[in-house]
Amino acid sequence: MKNSKLLDWTFEKVSFASALLLLIVLFALFVVLYKESSLSIHTFGIWKFITSKVWNPPLEKFGGAPAIFGTIVSTIISIFIAVPVAIGIAIFLTEVAPPFLKTPVGVAIELLAAIPSIIYGMWGLFYFAPFMRDKLQPVIHATLGKLPVIGEWFSGYTPGIGLLTASIVLSIMILPFTAAISRDSFNMVPDILKESAYALGATKWDVMKDVVIPYAKMGVIGGIILSLGRALGETMAVTFVMGNQPVIPQSLLEPATSITVTLANEFTEADTDLYLSSLFYLALILFALSFVVIVIGKFLFLKKVER
Amino acid sequence: MDAFKRRKLANAVVLLLSTAAALFGIMWLFWILGVLLYKGFSTLSLEVFLGNPPSPGDNTGGLKHAIVGQTLIVLTATIIGVPLGILAGTYLSEYGKNSKLANFIRDMSDVMMSVPSIVVGTFIYAILVKPVGHFMGFAGALSLAVMMIPIILRTTDDMLRMVPPELREAAYALGATKFKVIKDVVYRSAITGILTGVILAVARIGGETAPLLFTSFNNNFFTLDMTQPMASLTVTMYDYAMSPYEYWQKLAWAAAIILTFGVLGANILGRIMTQWKFKK
Repeated sequence: MKNSKLLDWTFEKVSFASALLLLIVLFALFVVLYKESSLSIHTFGIWKFITSKVWNPPLEKFGGAPAIFGTIVSTIISIFIAVPVAIGIAIFLTEVAPPFLKTPVGVAIELLAAIPSIIYGMWGLFYFAPFMRDKLQPVIHATLGKLPVIGEWFSGYTPGIGLLTASIVLSIMILPFTAAISRDSFNMVPDILKESAYALGATKWDVMKDVVIPYAKMGVIGGIILSLGRALGETMAVTFVMGNQPVIPQSLLEPATSITVTLANEFTEADTDLYLSSLFYLALILFALSFVVIVIGKFLFLKKVER
Repeated sequence: MDAFKRRKLANAVVLLLSTAAALFGIMWLFWILGVLLYKGFSTLSLEVFLGNPPSPGDNTGGLKHAIVGQTLIVLTATIIGVPLGILAGTYLSEYGKNSKLANFIRDMSDVMMSVPSIVVGTFIYAILVKPVGHFMGFAGALSLAVMMIPIILRTTDDMLRMVPPELREAAYALGATKFKVIKDVVYRSAITGILTGVILAVARIGGETAPLLFTSFNNNFFTLDMTQPMASLTVTMYDYAMSPYEYWQKLAWAAAIILTFGVLGANILGRIMTQWKFKK
């Protein structure tokens, strides 16, 4: 009897400790990254690091602006491309597709979300970058490049590797995830609401825009924000095609860098303490950015859906 | 009737657009899969699986070192991550229930699930690789385990909570201790669900590259020693794809298809198990 009591007590404590371990690891992540980057934080400060455009390892001058710029711009562009397509796919899957197509297309989208990101990166380097250089670039020059003011963002000739290429690969990478999450939110709309609208003579689009989308709005926005978080931290899909140039490019077609690209390329080469510490500083900024994004998406939007 | 016609037209346009969006999205994805299948299958051979690592410029050699390394790293990560994840999930479902702390841990595990994987890599570098002084296979396994724990915690928690309370009460009424109830009643009825969670978690972390870049690093020699730098399929792919040698790039595609089939296979297995469980 005594033995089983002891076993009981031990099991409870061990499982409690495992649960606490998760909190400890998450907390340790923050503390360790802060500690490792403190040398760089003290040398460059916060505002100066974020705004300084010079990333020059041999001169020991480190500014985070090019990497932070690349991360934010590639994330925003990829979201702008991925979201309309993903919502289109979600509408197709919930309302348009005939039943015999629904399951295979749905499963295909979910399986594509499981393909390792490095595959997207390799495809991007060997297939999409040449396609970008030979086919898309002239089209972009002729259309977007002719626009006033923003035309300059789409100028220049490059080997196909650059900020825009990375953003497009990134958008394909997050597409299945965004589509699956939007479809799930659309599916949560009670059938009875849709049926009553159909009974009033509404068309499929009327039902989508006046019933389904308003009902599922919070879920879809939450899903978009989570995709944003994914795009921020995605490494391998962009490392191959970003170009790894620590500059803020004049044109979106030019090579650039991002936080994850800089980390992946330079972390193992950092030969001085300040260099390594600056890379940790970038990792800390990325962690903080994605932390804020996830918390907003999860707790401001998706929590309301669950209740 | 004008308004009616307009609505019909808008409807047709939107349905067409959504179909176009679906086709557009699926087109990219099929392009990627097609390239992978075409490039991958044309390079697969017995030598790819069994051959020793190639030397620069050489046209022979295989991926044995990377396949074994990948297996060892993922296996070790599973051995570390699975028990911890299951125990933590058990705590949430059986002890913590809806307490503030349990809910806080649930939220934080969701947050941890979305931490960029490369950040986890830098973290393990700081606490393990830097103090020891060199890259090692075990550090790679540890960073994958860190990513695995929240996934398994979440599925275990969900699966255990689906076990009806009556089952537990019946066992308590027979005089069973809490540990016995959890071990013999709760785990037993939720075992398929927990296993499914484990398989899906393995599929998810098995394709990760970023957390291995500065933990297990790479090794162009065959090794079974987890305290040494260790090759993995993903990091090898990255290095070979970026290399100037044609044969190495070929090997990278072979690694890509082996990895993708492994990950997708585990994923499909997990899905079949989920359906099988709910059919019963």
